[in-house]
Amino acid sequence: MLARLRGRHDVNLWFWVFVGPFFAGLVLFIYVPIGWSVYLSFFEAYNTVTPTEFVGLANYRDMLADPAFRDSLLTFVVFAAFIVPTTFALSLLTALLVARTRVMQAFFRSVFFLPVACSYVVAALIWKMSIFSGMRSGAANALLGLVGLDPVPWLSITDPPWYWLVIVSARLWLQVGFYMILFLAALQRVPTNLYEAAAIDGAEGWQVFRHITWPQLLPASTAVLLLLLINAFQAFDEFYNILAGFGGYPPYARPPLVYLYYTALGSGQNFGDGSAGAVILTVLIAVVALAQTRLLRLGGRD
Amino acid sequence: MARPHRPLPTLSRRRMLALGGVGALGASLAACGDNTGREGSSDQDAAGSSGGRPSIAQWYHQYGEEGTQEAVRRYAADYEAADVTVFWKPGDYDQTTAASLLTDAGPDVFEYGNGPTIDMIRGDQVADLTDLFGDTLDDFTPSLIERMTYDGKIWAVPQVLDMQVLVYRRSMLEGAGIDAPQQIPELVAAARELTRGDVKGLFLGNDGGAGLMGGPMLWAAGLDYLDGEQVGFDSAGAPEALSVLRTLWTDESLLLGQAKDWFDPDALISGRTAMQWTGLWTFPAISDALGDDFGAIPWPSMEGGSPSVPVGAYGSCVSTRAADVQAAKDFVRWLWIDQTDKQLDFATSYGFHVPSRVSLVPEADVLASGPAADAAGYVTEFGHAQTPLLWTPQCATAWSDMMSRVVRDGADPQEELDALVPVVEAELERVTG
Repeated sequence: MLARLRGRHDVNLWFWVFVGPFFAGLVLFIYVPIGWSVYLSFFEAYNTVTPTEFVGLANYRDMLADPAFRDSLLTFVVFAAFIVPTTFALSLLTALLVARTRVMQAFFRSVFFLPVACSYVVAALIWKMSIFSGMRSGAANALLGLVGLDPVPWLSITDPPWYWLVIVSARLWLQVGFYMILFLAALQRVPTNLYEAAAIDGAEGWQVFRHITWPQLLPASTAVLLLLLINAFQAFDEFYNILAGFGGYPPYARPPLVYLYYTALGSGQNFGDGSAGAVILTVLIAVVALAQTRLLRLGGRD
Repeated sequence: MARPHRPLPTLSRRRMLALGGVGALGASLAACGDNTGREGSSDQDAAGSSGGRPSIAQWYHQYGEEGTQEAVRRYAADYEAADVTVFWKPGDYDQTTAASLLTDAGPDVFEYGNGPTIDMIRGDQVADLTDLFGDTLDDFTPSLIERMTYDGKIWAVPQVLDMQVLVYRRSMLEGAGIDAPQQIPELVAAARELTRGDVKGLFLGNDGGAGLMGGPMLWAAGLDYLDGEQVGFDSAGAPEALSVLRTLWTDESLLLGQAKDWFDPDALISGRTAMQWTGLWTFPAISDALGDDFGAIPWPSMEGGSPSVPVGAYGSCVSTRAADVQAAKDFVRWLWIDQTDKQLDFATSYGFHVPSRVSLVPEADVLASGPAADAAGYVTEFGHAQTPLLWTPQCATAWSDMMSRVVRDGADPQEELDALVPVVEAELERVTG
């Protein structure tokens, strides 16, 4: 019996030696909390994770009826609608330019990739405190001062909503390099004989990109899009560190995770509503990701 | 890559389970840490070094002031009836503490801003401390005791009192021929008058006072967040009071976008603003920089209201999960009620706070003269707890969202307040039902 369990050449034993720790970690730190969260979402759970009062779908009703939560979903949509295509275009462009560079290619590659090594929190603080500080001494205001304009309190005012500029520029700076590397890797995998054949047929610049490079980049593009979308969903660090103040978080530019953080983890400790919101969010991410892969036929092609 | 000699066995789901990793999981689940800071908390025969005395774990948030940590360790070491271990918790103190109270790894004695939350009290997470006070009760600042009272019982002992006041540059106001404002219209006019070039008249925080000034504006109109267990802002004066902040905003009298927000005196000291709303804790830095070129006044009043200053205090609480609740309560009584010299030391030797006992205030040398003495004097006369106990985090979030929309976006205060009433009523029903 034992010998059968261990399999030929102890293959099963070794399988568990290698996979076991990761599998255990996955269950313990991912699946158990998710399951618990789903469980909590059906209870009234203030300041407790072992609730007793079953409320059915009331938490879901509360969250969906909560204008602030709906507003946070809208914030995400606006944010994603801008950041996903922009990052995609910028990183593809950077990758194409770096790939074409003949001199100092390694240097440029590193320079664009370096921000990825910077922590979101640190970058957020630099953006908030020094680049977009509302004082005359802030970098952005110093530039405005050179052309004789008054300083702008970037993060204090809502009309015009300059805070988006701060958040979006921070995120672009942080993540463009990472996706550039993904595109670069994909570009290097395009067979050169395709380009040679195209050159013989007289294809030039844009045509080559349109008919050779772009189709060959499709798998990478799909992956990048999906990663970008999930990353946008998980927006927290730079929003929180740029906008959260002493008195909490303002009612604008509040992505879902920030809102849930205040609901469930603030001094409120409202785990029932927080979990319901988290489940709604998880379902949304899953649906969007599935729809996207279907649309781009990620599974259907090689 | 070399091809494998035989196809690798693929795993079906059924086999995966049959391989029985489940048992291994159970073992790892049980291996959770147990670091409570108590020695032998689970067994009563805690012999060893403690000599049979109870062990108490006491939590503080990380105070910024030099020497505070050494001071609280010294106090703990002076206590003879138990072994007190002080834990100095950096980072997000409120959230870690609230979360750890759900487990056995939490503190026995801990401080919490303005006492425990209503959900901690209702969730039976903190012990009733009413009987600790005895005849000293009347000596504590009334607004603080009221804030920490629920259902006729007191749930925390106020440690030291912090307050916010309006600080102004005497020279700037005199230069413009303006007296310190006593009424809200005077304040609005003064802020407008003092705004010249790069200098603004008033600094209420980078959000234009949306986060801080809601309470003071309600008090100025003679209202409050709550009136007992009822909504307290549901009257005609409230929209008018809140629109004052919008007026200041649209007048562009407000300083915004500072690298250091309202809790730092930098804007006032550097002369970027003539008046600033800030905390008493900034006074040492202000007088170092400006000498006596500053004064402190309460937030002015409107018709039918009175001047106000918000006061708050960390309250010392006892967890009901403490290994020995009675020993923890005895320690709290000893430190925060009996040991008045330690309370005075804690309030005035490291930072700049007001003792929470009224009888100790005259003994605090730093509060004896000048603007600091004025400010300390406002506490009993004009002091309001920052927010009432029944004002839950959910109410606070909804309120600050509303304030931001009114002040920064110019939303209609009447509509916004009307929309807030059902939210607050639902929460009140939840915590009083």
